[in-house]
Amino acid sequence: MLDALNKKLIEANNDPVAFDHDCREGICGSCGMFINGHPHGPVSAITTCHLSMRYFKDGETIWIEPWRAKPFPVIKDLIVDRSAFDKIQTAGGFISVNTGAAPEANSIPVKKKNADEAFDSSICIGCGACVAACKNASAMLFVSAKISQFALLPQGRVEAKDRVRAMVEKMDELGFGNCSNTGACEAECPKEIKLTNIARLNREYYKAY
Amino acid sequence: MEKLNSKIPDGPLSQKWIKFKASSKLVNPANKKKLEIIVVGTGLSGASAASALGELGYSVKNFCYQDSPRRAHSVAAQGGINAAKNYPNDGDSVYRLFHDMIKGGDYRAREANVYRAAEVSNQVIDHFAALGVPFARDYGGTLDTRSFGGVQVSRTFYAKGQTGQQCLLGCYSSLNRQIKKGNVKMFPRREMLDLVLINGKARGIITRNLITGEIERHGAHAVVLATGGYGTIYYLSTLAVSSNASAAWKAHKRGAFFANPGFIQIHPTCVPQLNEFQSKLTLMSESLRNDGRVWVPEVSGDKRPANDIPEEERDYFLERRYPAFGNLVPRDVASRAAKERCDAGYGVGETKLAVYLDFRDAIKNQGKKAIENKYGNLFEMYKTITGSDPYDEPMRIYPAGHYTMGGLWVDYELMTTIPGLYAIGEANFSDHGANRLGASSLMQAAGDGYFILPYTISNYLADQIRIPKILTDVPEFDETQKSAVERLNKLISIKGKQTASSFHKRLGKIMWDHVGMARNEKGLSKALELIKELQAEFWRDLNVPGSINELNQELEKAGRVADYFELAQLLITDALNRKESCGAHFREEFQTPDGEASRNDNEYAYVSVWEYAGEGNPYILHKEELKFEEVEMKVRSYK
Repeated sequence: MLDALNKKLIEANNDPVAFDHDCREGICGSCGMFINGHPHGPVSAITTCHLSMRYFKDGETIWIEPWRAKPFPVIKDLIVDRSAFDKIQTAGGFISVNTGAAPEANSIPVKKKNADEAFDSSICIGCGACVAACKNASAMLFVSAKISQFALLPQGRVEAKDRVRAMVEKMDELGFGNCSNTGACEAECPKEIKLTNIARLNREYYKAY
Repeated sequence: MEKLNSKIPDGPLSQKWIKFKASSKLVNPANKKKLEIIVVGTGLSGASAASALGELGYSVKNFCYQDSPRRAHSVAAQGGINAAKNYPNDGDSVYRLFHDMIKGGDYRAREANVYRAAEVSNQVIDHFAALGVPFARDYGGTLDTRSFGGVQVSRTFYAKGQTGQQCLLGCYSSLNRQIKKGNVKMFPRREMLDLVLINGKARGIITRNLITGEIERHGAHAVVLATGGYGTIYYLSTLAVSSNASAAWKAHKRGAFFANPGFIQIHPTCVPQLNEFQSKLTLMSESLRNDGRVWVPEVSGDKRPANDIPEEERDYFLERRYPAFGNLVPRDVASRAAKERCDAGYGVGETKLAVYLDFRDAIKNQGKKAIENKYGNLFEMYKTITGSDPYDEPMRIYPAGHYTMGGLWVDYELMTTIPGLYAIGEANFSDHGANRLGASSLMQAAGDGYFILPYTISNYLADQIRIPKILTDVPEFDETQKSAVERLNKLISIKGKQTASSFHKRLGKIMWDHVGMARNEKGLSKALELIKELQAEFWRDLNVPGSINELNQELEKAGRVADYFELAQLLITDALNRKESCGAHFREEFQTPDGEASRNDNEYAYVSVWEYAGEGNPYILHKEELKFEEVEMKVRSYK
């Protein structure tokens, strides 16, 4: 729809509307905007790029706004700066292992249940809908998804305490709010990341001090 | 010929990489810090290379056009990643993986590189597991594998249908660790506009900051291109809409030879185009063909809903033409057969460019639950995109451009014909021949970045330790920047009527119609003419609003489309030159009486390597003869 709008605008010698987008299959996390009052629009569990016009009535007026959150300043039109997310990952969202230093893959068994749960947390696409949906502009669903993925795997346990301290500290420093258990993030997450991740983040955080 | 030295080490195949590693030059740790390396791209190959080189202590600068390195299009790979672990005890080995890849590539890849890719595959899996990539596991806690097309062993590691995302996020995490340590400096939202050469060596790049429009200079002792493939040359493809060939193309025009540009894989099972504004063809995993039956109505133009067409009026054309393999014929064969039916007027849906993939019989025989367990997430995705439920009515599918086997020519060390310029991952040509096997792209990209390039690049950099920091206030940078800016100004000052995307769409249609799944001399020559005309129209009637000194997405698109016009002509030149059918390159003139590909090993067992000879001059063809020491060339048959 925005492509069509922009074509029309350019052909009439107007400026097109700038918006982030790339894979157009709901996996890269580039796209994201408020549509009719919901992050990624009124349909649950999909990203903006998958939101088809058939979900709207003919002639309906559609309201589109950029993400609104202090840590995501607007750059132009619908494009916001989400580099704060990268900064949180840089603070501790990794397992410290050098290339070549890894043990044989099957030498550390992982419970299937843990591996599956870690996967469910790991599928976050970093789009920022959770922050945009939250009245506190909290990034805790995003942070907790990464914390959970690593907390559930033996490979991630070694640095678990340092990781959770570093990521939470960075999250606070960047101006994200805290969680007050409303659950808007879970309701709007296009990948259906669960609120239980935040509970695990809190447990991990208490254990770290 | 004399310009190509593939630098393949001597000795038996299984000893080449070992021998290379033992004898390649090293850089002392104190010197590594002083050596700067630019890596362009943050996909599986770029992010893995940047982090591995950072770990070694080099000063790395990593660039991507997206707002975050985590969004590179490796993220969209679905099925899995191959490795020769032989965990299922089913007879797999490095040799077998190598052999499958050579055969799958229809004997047009370089043996030594393919063997090495297979050799490092196991380390890649070890490393991803250690990085916390949540691969699927068995109840005992060990890693699970599954089978993939074209092979008889189970060697594909996977994380549901999101293996690419999980592997990419693994690379992204190791990249973040190096960013935190200060070994890698990340430059997101930057587009590489050109490559800077000093005394014939790659010494830097010119980039445009996509937020401010500022033109920037970056110097380095070596430059690595990890910029992916050029599948969006068809406009509609399974790639991200901004995926592009511009960085590789600029390097090509500066002297890096381009190999096998005509080898492009068309994936048979994609969600077809539903309307004119659709910008993307989403892949549906090929595993669906295990249970889905492909058909079209027997009568051309039958307008009845699929479920109202009785069994006897359906043409299961794959089962009819290929009784032995049926719906499970390889990708290229399935794609061509679907196109043939649609061209003949039997296509379904509004555009008539689709065929049915029907699960009715599978649901009847195995139950809805069994099908849901196997394909639930894919059915959901299909429903989200199309609004139609595959449990109730057949999917509509059509082939789409997917992966480019061709790319910048590299030697065994992954260096292009420009000293100090490397190409890794899909951006190079070396491992997949004329056709790529499923789940081997992630394997190759991560292998190149983590385990191959760090060894080979030191062989070059060891001789660069006396070169001081590359300064960017020298005439070479001035000139390259000037020409890059001139081109931007040229694009923006045309002020015609048509958008870059509308030109891209038209270019894509010409490419798809004449340079897609089946090609012939007449069609290729016609496409070349049409593209030249369209290119002229582009430079006459393009409309890019705004200025170059600001965020300007239309300017970005225009630059990429302008390069595609040039690459398209080389691609066609290559397709015209290769008078044989092999892998994904099917020339209609060269087929067996029953419509199968007819390879010509006597005349075409070589890599076509193209040298740019300047504006308006014909390309110069170099041939890298392929010598098969281990593998015997055979004909593939699916009947």
